[in-house]
Amino acid sequence: MNKVFRKRKRQGIFKYTVNEQWAVKDVSFEVAQGETYGLLGPNGSGKSTLIRILSTLLIPDHGEVRLMGHKLPDEERAVRWKIGRVSVDAAFYKRLSARENLLYSAYLYGLEPKGAEKRAFGILERLGIESRRFSDPLEEMSRGMQQKVSIARALMINPPMLLLDEPTTGLDPKSKRDVQRFLEDLREEEGTTILLTTHDMNEAEHLCARIGFLAHGSLVAEGTAEELKSQAQSVTLEDAFIKMTGEKLSNEEEEGGKNDRRT
Amino acid sequence: MMAFIFRDFSLTKRYLGWVVVFTFYAMVNSATIALIGVAAKDEQLTLTLIVGVLLWSFLSVLFNEIASSVAYERWEGTLEYTFMAPVSRLIHLFGVSLYSAVYSIVRLVIVVGALAVFIKLDLSRANLWGILVVLLVSSFAFIGLGLMAAVLPVFSPERGAEATNIFQGCLLLVSGVYYPLEVLPAWLQPFAKLSPATYSLSACRKLMGIGSGQGQQGQGQLVGAPISEVVPELLTLTLMGVVMVPVGLWVFGHVERWAKKTGKLKRTG
Repeated sequence: MNKVFRKRKRQGIFKYTVNEQWAVKDVSFEVAQGETYGLLGPNGSGKSTLIRILSTLLIPDHGEVRLMGHKLPDEERAVRWKIGRVSVDAAFYKRLSARENLLYSAYLYGLEPKGAEKRAFGILERLGIESRRFSDPLEEMSRGMQQKVSIARALMINPPMLLLDEPTTGLDPKSKRDVQRFLEDLREEEGTTILLTTHDMNEAEHLCARIGFLAHGSLVAEGTAEELKSQAQSVTLEDAFIKMTGEKLSNEEEEGGKNDRRT
Repeated sequence: MMAFIFRDFSLTKRYLGWVVVFTFYAMVNSATIALIGVAAKDEQLTLTLIVGVLLWSFLSVLFNEIASSVAYERWEGTLEYTFMAPVSRLIHLFGVSLYSAVYSIVRLVIVVGALAVFIKLDLSRANLWGILVVLLVSSFAFIGLGLMAAVLPVFSPERGAEATNIFQGCLLLVSGVYYPLEVLPAWLQPFAKLSPATYSLSACRKLMGIGSGQGQQGQGQLVGAPISEVVPELLTLTLMGVVMVPVGLWVFGHVERWAKKTGKLKRTG
C-alpha cells in the first residue's frame, strides 16, 4: 500500500507550494492469526500511519488492505468490531475517571456495562493499578497509569486483533515489564493477533514472532529476529537494523521530528 | 447512542462549575435585557425582548453544543478514538444532538425561573404548548446547521471554532432576536429569510400574543394566538429541518472521508 501526505505552504498572498511526502511506500506484509508481529522504525518511518490505516482512520492512496477477512475502507464497520487500538498518546477525556472512560467505551461497543467494567477492572489490577484509583480523574494519573487504562480499554472489548502503537514508550521500567508480561499472557490465553510498533529492540525481540524494519515509509526487511540478524550478519538486532536501514533508532526517540514529519 | 448521552452527562458533571457559571451568566443576561422593556414601561417590548432572549438562549446553546462537539474532541485528543468506534455517524450525531437538546431545555427552564424573580410574568394566556411545538420543530433546523458547522474544526481546530462563532453571530444579527427586521439595513434583510430563528421568533411572538393583529387584547392581557395562526412558520421550519439535517449529515460524511484521505483526523493539540 501507499500513502502520501500533501502539505500546502504559503509563499505569498495567493501563492502556495505543495510539499509531498511519502508516509508509506509500497509496503506489503501479512500477519498470521494469533501471531505477534512487530514493526520497528524511527519516528517518521510510517509506523503510526500503518496503524491508522488499519484502524480505519486513514485511507491509503493505493493498494489493498485486508484485515480479519474484511477489505478496507469498504468494510470498515465490520473491521471496527474486531480491533482494539492503543496509541502512544493515551486519548481520554482527562476530567473523567478511568471508570467513566471505560464505561463510555463499553456503551460505544454495545457491551453490557457491568460485565465490561468487571473485565476492565480485572485487567487494570493485573497491570498493577489499585482499585481505589478507578474513580480518580485521568488527569490525576501518571502517564504510565493512563497508558495502562488505555490498554484495559482496548482489551475490554476482547478484540481478535490488537493494534499497539508504541504502547510502552515513556513508561517506567516496571510498568513496561507489567505491560509486556500482560501481552505475553494475552497471546497465550486468548490467541489474540497483535501488531506492535516500537522503538525498543529488546521489546520487539522478546515479544514478536516476526519483525519488519521500516525506514522512510518502506518495509526494508522482515523475518524472525534470528533471521534478520543472520541476514545482516550482526550480533544484535540493533546492529542489524542499522545495517539494513542505514538509520539509528536511539537518536529518533524524541517526540515530533524537526521537519514535522508524520509518523 | 447511550454512549454519547452517558459521556456528555459525565462531562457536564465534571465541568459543573463552568455549567453553573454559564447558566448564571445566561440568567443575568436575560434579566438585564428584559429590564430594558420594564424601564420603558412597555409590556409589548418587554415580552418581545423576553421571547427573543429565551429563544436565543435555547437555540444558540443547542447549535453551539453540536457545532463544538468535534472541536471538544480535538482538544481532548479523543476524536480518533470516537471515529474508529463501530457506531454509525448517524447514531453518533443523533446521540450528541439529543443530549444537547435536553441540556438546552433544562438550561432554558432554569433561566425562565430566574427571570420570574426579576419580572412579573403572566403567561397564563400564552399558548405555551404551541411554543413548545415551535421549539421542537425549530430544533431540527438548528441541529442541521450545527452538523454543518461541526465539521469546520476538522479543517482547522482553531479557525473552525472561530468560524462557528462568527456564523452564530451572523444568525443573531439577521434573525430579529431583539428588534423588528425592518430596522435592519435593506441589504441585510433578505438574509433574515435564510435563518430558522426568524421563523421561530415570529411564531413564538404570535403564540405569546405580541404584535398587532397577531394576538388578541382581552381584559388588559395579551392572549396568545392559536397554533393554526403559525402554520406558515411551522411549515417553513419543518422544511428547513427536512433539508438541513440530511445536508448536515451528508456534509459531515464527506468531510470525514476527506479527513481520512488527507490525515486531518490526527490529533493536533
